[in-house]
Amino acid sequence: MKKFNWLNFGFQIGAIILALLFTTAVLLLAGAPPLQAYLSVIKGMVGSMDDITNVLSAWAPLLLTTCGVLLTFAAGLWNIGIEGQIMAGAIFTTGALRLMLNSSLPTGWILVIGFLAGLVGGAIWAALAGVLKIFGGVNEIFGGLGLNFVATAFALYLIIGPWARPGIASTSGTLMFPQKLWLPAMGNYAFSPWALGLGILVVILVFFLLRGTHFGLRLKAVGKNVKAAFLMGVPTWQYSMMAFLICGAFAGLAGAIQVTSVYHRLTPAISSGYGFLGLLVAMLINYQALWAAPVTLFFAALNIGGIQLPIILKLDSSLSGVLQETLVLFVLLVEGARQNLFRKR
Amino acid sequence: MNSSSILLGLAGVLYGAAPIMFAVIGETIAERSGIINLSLNGTILLSAMAGFAAAVGTGSIFLGFVAGAAIGALVALVVAFSSITLKQSQVAVGFVLTLLCRDLSYFLGHAYIGVGGPRLNAVPIPVLSQIPILGTLVFNQDVMTYGSFIIIFLAWFWIFRTRPGLMLRGIGERPAAAYVRGANINRLRYIYTIIGGAIAGLAGPAFSLSVKAGWAGSLSGLDGYGWIALSITIFGGWDPFRAAFGVYLFSFLQWLGLILQPYLPNIPTQVLQVAPFPLMILTLLLVNISNAEWVQRWLATLPEGTRRVVVKLLRALRALPPASLGVPFESE
Repeated sequence: MKKFNWLNFGFQIGAIILALLFTTAVLLLAGAPPLQAYLSVIKGMVGSMDDITNVLSAWAPLLLTTCGVLLTFAAGLWNIGIEGQIMAGAIFTTGALRLMLNSSLPTGWILVIGFLAGLVGGAIWAALAGVLKIFGGVNEIFGGLGLNFVATAFALYLIIGPWARPGIASTSGTLMFPQKLWLPAMGNYAFSPWALGLGILVVILVFFLLRGTHFGLRLKAVGKNVKAAFLMGVPTWQYSMMAFLICGAFAGLAGAIQVTSVYHRLTPAISSGYGFLGLLVAMLINYQALWAAPVTLFFAALNIGGIQLPIILKLDSSLSGVLQETLVLFVLLVEGARQNLFRKR
Repeated sequence: MNSSSILLGLAGVLYGAAPIMFAVIGETIAERSGIINLSLNGTILLSAMAGFAAAVGTGSIFLGFVAGAAIGALVALVVAFSSITLKQSQVAVGFVLTLLCRDLSYFLGHAYIGVGGPRLNAVPIPVLSQIPILGTLVFNQDVMTYGSFIIIFLAWFWIFRTRPGLMLRGIGERPAAAYVRGANINRLRYIYTIIGGAIAGLAGPAFSLSVKAGWAGSLSGLDGYGWIALSITIFGGWDPFRAAFGVYLFSFLQWLGLILQPYLPNIPTQVLQVAPFPLMILTLLLVNISNAEWVQRWLATLPEGTRRVVVKLLRALRALPPASLGVPFESE
């Protein structure tokens, strides 16, 4: 495989070109000027300091979710329930912060407890999917999906019911937290270096965990062949469960970041789709933690870059999603074609 | 609530179940051949948008449904190509496609948001619609609802009562044996995945031209039905009749949530609307739990009489997937 590296690179460039061609065709089909649309997306990423800091704010939670699913993928698990795990984390963080609104604890401690609550919330939600899978025989994809909907419904219930804003109960979200409970940000921008620091810490952790530890090796053994791993003495279900728990914890932290640093309250769409996006990134980088940081940064930038599209060009902001998903699709297809080609020779 | 409004409500249950029925039957056919088409949720959204756009553009509801089926077939073709020819993970490709189709439907459908469009009318069947109760319930529906009744029987007949259907079960269960009998496994899998996709593609326009007429982008309220349909396919044990039962049960529960709403003022509508999802998990649990190892061990410890009852119960609930579901076929 190694000597074909330059060829692999060529195939990957080909996939990117195909994805751009497809997206351009979609733009033409929608009657939009492609060049202007792309330029608008790029301008939306790096056009101003606001845009750049927004990209960095989106980067942190996406890094966390991507790192989380790298672990579940390593264990051979499709953690589609990650969206619900982000939500559960956000709910727990919001709950913890609400409890401590009038406490005399220093703000720093309140935030730390809020983050720990988020971590626990995400892990609990992941544990549910894990238990359903391991002890109930329910495929983690369907268990996870169901749990996603349940988490969203629970959040909606809290937002309209017990945690409703005084006076107006609206699905848009709870009352905003006072500024002292916001994660400290850089200047007047939305970006919090603390959030990004956490993300980078986790990516380094996961990189080394998967690369050079006993735990990572056994996790991968479980993912490649459960039976063989079991026969070799790996406690397989415990490892699957660990993958779920750690991934859920990371997702919960992403939820905590969304609450304390991005929205400053609980909203029904608080996950921003970062869970599914993390799954996409993991597929795109072929499950290699090394590439997680740059690719998540690029995807976060695409997400932010598309936000202005409805205002500037009267296009739906889902264009960013279309570009991200076609990229992943064509990378998968081209990789398949490449393997097919070399198998036949 | 009087009996006639309950009857109309139940007729609405059958009507509202029609789109999900197409999705579930389509998926059942594809999975019977051994291919999981995980793109269902996106397929429904994109075919709903495309069907609506085609019907608005051409003024023909029929062409709207053709467009929906074509989209479903096209997406299924990508799934088939990538998993059969390129041997990529069906789940990975299906997952990417489900997101891609969703975003495509939002992006391309942007111009159609709020546009007025055609809607299927009810076509009462002469004579039959006059039968008390049954007439209102079954024979006073629109064409697609009739279609959703017929497709259950057609699919069941094809799978369990015809020779090609036997082959279809064969390529999903033991492709090697079917191959020895002269079946072209991969070609058949292509065909069934695409047919299944086309049937599932009817679900979209059945929403956007009938049950939830119109297009409102991400507010159309269609996101999620595809996942429900995928779960019901499992619950249905890849048998059209059992699947149909699951679809109607789901539709009934949704209706129940709606009519119970006034009696449960503390629970917001949005929560009752998702009530079927935890129930779905529960049913999947019941269907699958007998496959778990600890259950087998636990059963062995039960006294003989109890054990027999429990085993019988679990067996009745259990659904085993086609043995080669998701496994690529190599002729060597």
